[in-house]
Amino acid sequence: MVEHLHSDGEEPAVTLDSFLSQSNATAVRLEPDEDARALIPHLDRLALIEVAFPKFRDGRGYSSARILREAGYTGELRAQGDVLVDQIAYMKRCGFDSFSPEKPLNAADVDAALTRWPEHYQGAADGAVPIWKLRHG
Amino acid sequence: MYKYDEYDQQMVDARVAEFSDQVRRRLAGEITEDQFKPLRLMNGLYLQLHAYMLRVAVPYGTLDSRQMRMLAHIARKYDRDYGHFTTRQNLQYNWIKLEDAPAILADLASVEMHAIQTSGNCIRNISSDQWAGAAADELTDPRPWAELLRQWSSFHPEFSYLPRKFKIAVIAAEEDRAAMRLHDIGIQIVERDGVHGAAFYVGGGMGRTPMVAPLIKDFVPLEDMLSYAEACLRVYNRYGRRDNIYKARIKILIHELGAEEYARQVEEEYAHVKSLGIDPPRAEFDRIAAQFAPPALDASAPDAIDRSDPDFAVWVDQNVAAHKVPGHAIVNISLKPVGGIPGDASSAQIDLMADLAETYSHDELRVTHAQNIVLPHVRKADLYALWQKLDEAGLATPNLDLISDIIACPGLDYCSLANARSIPVAQKIASRFADLGRQRELGELKLKISGCINACGHHHAGHIGILGVDRKGTENYQLLLGGSGAEDVSLGTITGPGFDEDGVVDAIERVTDTYLAQRTEGERFVDTFRRIGMAPFKEAIYG
Repeated sequence: MVEHLHSDGEEPAVTLDSFLSQSNATAVRLEPDEDARALIPHLDRLALIEVAFPKFRDGRGYSSARILREAGYTGELRAQGDVLVDQIAYMKRCGFDSFSPEKPLNAADVDAALTRWPEHYQGAADGAVPIWKLRHG
Repeated sequence: MYKYDEYDQQMVDARVAEFSDQVRRRLAGEITEDQFKPLRLMNGLYLQLHAYMLRVAVPYGTLDSRQMRMLAHIARKYDRDYGHFTTRQNLQYNWIKLEDAPAILADLASVEMHAIQTSGNCIRNISSDQWAGAAADELTDPRPWAELLRQWSSFHPEFSYLPRKFKIAVIAAEEDRAAMRLHDIGIQIVERDGVHGAAFYVGGGMGRTPMVAPLIKDFVPLEDMLSYAEACLRVYNRYGRRDNIYKARIKILIHELGAEEYARQVEEEYAHVKSLGIDPPRAEFDRIAAQFAPPALDASAPDAIDRSDPDFAVWVDQNVAAHKVPGHAIVNISLKPVGGIPGDASSAQIDLMADLAETYSHDELRVTHAQNIVLPHVRKADLYALWQKLDEAGLATPNLDLISDIIACPGLDYCSLANARSIPVAQKIASRFADLGRQRELGELKLKISGCINACGHHHAGHIGILGVDRKGTENYQLLLGGSGAEDVSLGTITGPGFDEDGVVDAIERVTDTYLAQRTEGERFVDTFRRIGMAPFKEAIYG
């Protein structure tokens, strides 16, 4: 889990439109209304996909993340914006592995949120074994 | 009925711990009310006009006597000694303190209950047929399917910040007792070539833009049901409108796309989702279904009922329904005494119903979307003794599906969204038609009242519906006729200009008089309306 890891040398994420029209970018930023599937042909050259959460109540980014992971994306998947401690456990389950919150999060609260759930009912993009599978082996 | 295993219990306990921590951070000012609101809503906690309201989930409306007693205990300890059963088969407490909420959730968790996802823009508690497992006309018990959906939808990481709330109902009989097609997803279990599968109706709902859900897929095999549901939700989560709260329900998306195009998009997503392995194996369904095995009922129990007490006979005719096992019956307990508040029950009444379920109904109770209680498995030979105990407690009102069996939302007496009061109108109508002979003469007549356009009182689906609105600062009531939430689903039509509180009661009387004058032998009110149309009723009301 990487939290807010903006190293100085990081290539800035470009917009989806710019990314699709230039062949050399390796980082892209996806807005809530943009189709994550547009990136699928290009996943192997991407090192970072930043999914924007302008408002925490707008849950489209959760689907974007899962679609990207389900398509085999293995690079960094970052939730950026109105990212709050009470949403990050679900974000992680959807495949996010880094967070860039606008307002810094309390580290102890983050730890508590990410270790809260012993198991999960449903399969998602985090590789967790769902409860039904634990029940039946 | 379903019993938690260690996993289910862990999940509910984790939720209590999570919410306790969230409340602590809220009370300490570490999170804003805006940030806290969706969190408390996903734990069933609303801020109402006078206090917090807590909505407790009763999955598919089924509970046992131990759980029922806990509901009474909470009402006594933390509220004002009563609870309110809702149109989504849940129970609400109207006078809760925020700081008590974690303790209440811990009490609920001790009896395998919770308030998870009873509010908020997430997949809500799954509702079902209150006669499941008992009804003579069902194909199978729909509750194992509903439980599978409950687990899949609980803490769903992708679908907890949907454009708007999302309600699912599951039935397995031709007679629809759950208003299935007025849900975001209505599932009917059907049979094809001897195999059961799920027919998906998607995009129904009430609110300010009522719609009947179209059939989106006629047969989804059990083994693929969660994949298909996931595909339905993903298309909605991605493309449902978020620019306008009043256009954010899935019904608007499907209306704008067209059912065919929505179905095509879901099919495409489904083809992909199916490859992810998110569907549990048949063994998991079988594990759940085994827990809903019918109780051991003696099919040779006497089938005759001694009807010599006339009051008892009236109650049997009105409130008792056919059970699939001979010698048994389904008992419907009306929470609609004349002059009462529809759906309210005191702690003492809740305790009594728990006792009666334990003694007479194999420890099972159900909550109905019409805000009544069901004892699903009662020996016919026990009916008289049961009726006497109900009668002593004011719980034997013989008015199931009659005009005084009113669905009403809490209205302006409690709700911060309401424009008008619902409860006093319900009480006045019930008083006007208090004479039971008169009610029985009118026959099946489903009357439903909402205190605002959000339609929690299902007014669109009432044979007679009432919608309270605010008209220049005074409460005004519009009248609708011809709706139905059953298998003959339809949306009511507004009669014309609205009325004041007494005026709407008078108008209803003119409507029922017109019906009595116009009906043919054995014809229900709603069928007469469908046959003769609005004009004669309008003439009687406004002419």
